[in-house]
This record gives sequence, structure tokens and C-alpha cells, in this order.
Amino acid sequence: MALTPKEYEGMNQKASPNSPLGKDMLLAFLIGGAICTLGQFFIELYTMAGLDAELASGTASVTLVFLSVLFTGLNLYDKLARLGGAGTLVPITGFANAVSAPALEFKSEGLILGIGVKMFSIAGPVIVYGVAASVIYGLILFLFQLF
Amino acid sequence: MELFLTYLKAFLVGGAFCAIGQIFIDKTKLTPARILVGYVVSGVILSGLGLYQPLVDFAGAGASVPLTGFGHLLAKGVREGLAEKGLFGILSGGLTATAGGIAAAIIFALIIALIFKPGDKT
Repeated sequence: MALTPKEYEGMNQKASPNSPLGKDMLLAFLIGGAICTLGQFFIELYTMAGLDAELASGTASVTLVFLSVLFTGLNLYDKLARLGGAGTLVPITGFANAVSAPALEFKSEGLILGIGVKMFSIAGPVIVYGVAASVIYGLILFLFQLF
Repeated sequence: MELFLTYLKAFLVGGAFCAIGQIFIDKTKLTPARILVGYVVSGVILSGLGLYQPLVDFAGAGASVPLTGFGHLLAKGVREGLAEKGLFGILSGGLTATAGGIAAAIIFALIIALIFKPGDKT
């Protein structure tokens, strides 16, 4: 396995227990910021193509999801994640990676119990608690409207 | 110049969300799943408090791409669902607004899981 010194440094840091927080945060900032900047590039692109703001933003997110899943399949997102830490987890690409990586990893366990089930091992809780929080918010809004 | 500023704001705000996440990774025992759940729920709350839409207006993808943006979309969808469909909209609004992203992740993940081989975990 060929590694550039930079990749090795990132892996080394991930493996060592006392990784310096400042450096980790800087890497997360740079890589996460770069992913968001790429998202902004797609928003600008789709806006120029005539999509309205909401649709351009949604389509940009879907594009990032596609790229992330493709990189996961090519085994490249993993490498980026070792370097970027939260910079690759927090953006929507991290969510897409969390859906696709276990689906791929457990495909040997079958279409249903492997791919189908494992796909939601991280995305499941995110959707469950996201939806729960939003429904609670909706009920609060509804009650405020009554009084 | 204005376009450069747009990109800069996306970079700085998006980067800041990720740098905060790195603190949780380094300084707590929270797993990635817990951190993502925390970001989505935080996004719902920030959106409910009326704080997240201004951030999206300011930073664009810097606010919509981090998972807090997913939470914001859920809350925004519920808000619009309630306005348009009443109580039923509270249930349908969130997933309607986020359906594109979720379906994309599911479909693309299914395709790559079918055609790619798992990499070795080193």
C-alpha cells in the first residue's frame, strides 16, 4: 500500500491516542470547508442553469451525496476521512458515506440482511431522531397557533 | 469579488461546523452516529428558534451542507407542511423536504454496494 507522507501523518495521528486537538481541528476545518465550498460551486452552477435557490441547493446536496458514495465505493472516502476526521463526517457527504460504507462492507451477508439492513445502521438513528425532533417542533408550533 | 466572498463564507462557516465536530471526536467518547444525530437535532432546534435560515442566507452551502442543514430542512418542511396541510403536514413535511437527499443516498449506496467490492480494512 503506497502512502504519501501526508496520508501517513494523517493515519498516524488518527491512531495515536494523544492527537493534538488544534491540528485535528485545523484539518477538519480545511477539509470540511473545502467540501462545503464544492457544494457552493454546485449551487452556483445549478443557479446559472436556471434552477431556483431551493432546487439548486437540493440538487447540489444530491450531487455531493453521489460523489461521496462513488468515493466510498472506490475506497477513497475512507482515506480522506482518516485525514479530515469530522471534516468528512459532519457534511452531508459523511451521511452518504455512513449509508454506503456499511452497505458495501456487509454485502456478503446478503441483499436483505446485509445491504438492506446495514445501510441504516447510522442513517437510521439520524432519521429517527431528526424526524422525532421535527414533529415535536411542529406540535409546539401548532399549539402556539391555538393560543 | 462577490463570487469569491460567497465561496469564502461557505468555506469558513462549513469549516467551523466541522472543527466543532472534531472537538466532539477528540474530547468525548461520542461515536460518529451520536455526533450525526446531535447535529441533525441541533439543526432542528436552531431552525425552530429562527437562527438557521439567516445562517443559510449568509453562508449558503456552508450552512446547508453540514448535517445541521439536514435538520434545518426537516424543521422547515414541518413548518411549511403545517401551514399548508395542518396537523397532517407536521407528519409529512419533514420527510417530504428531505426526501431527495435520503432517496439519493439510498439509491446510490444500493448501486455501489451491488457493483463494487468491499475494500480491505487496514
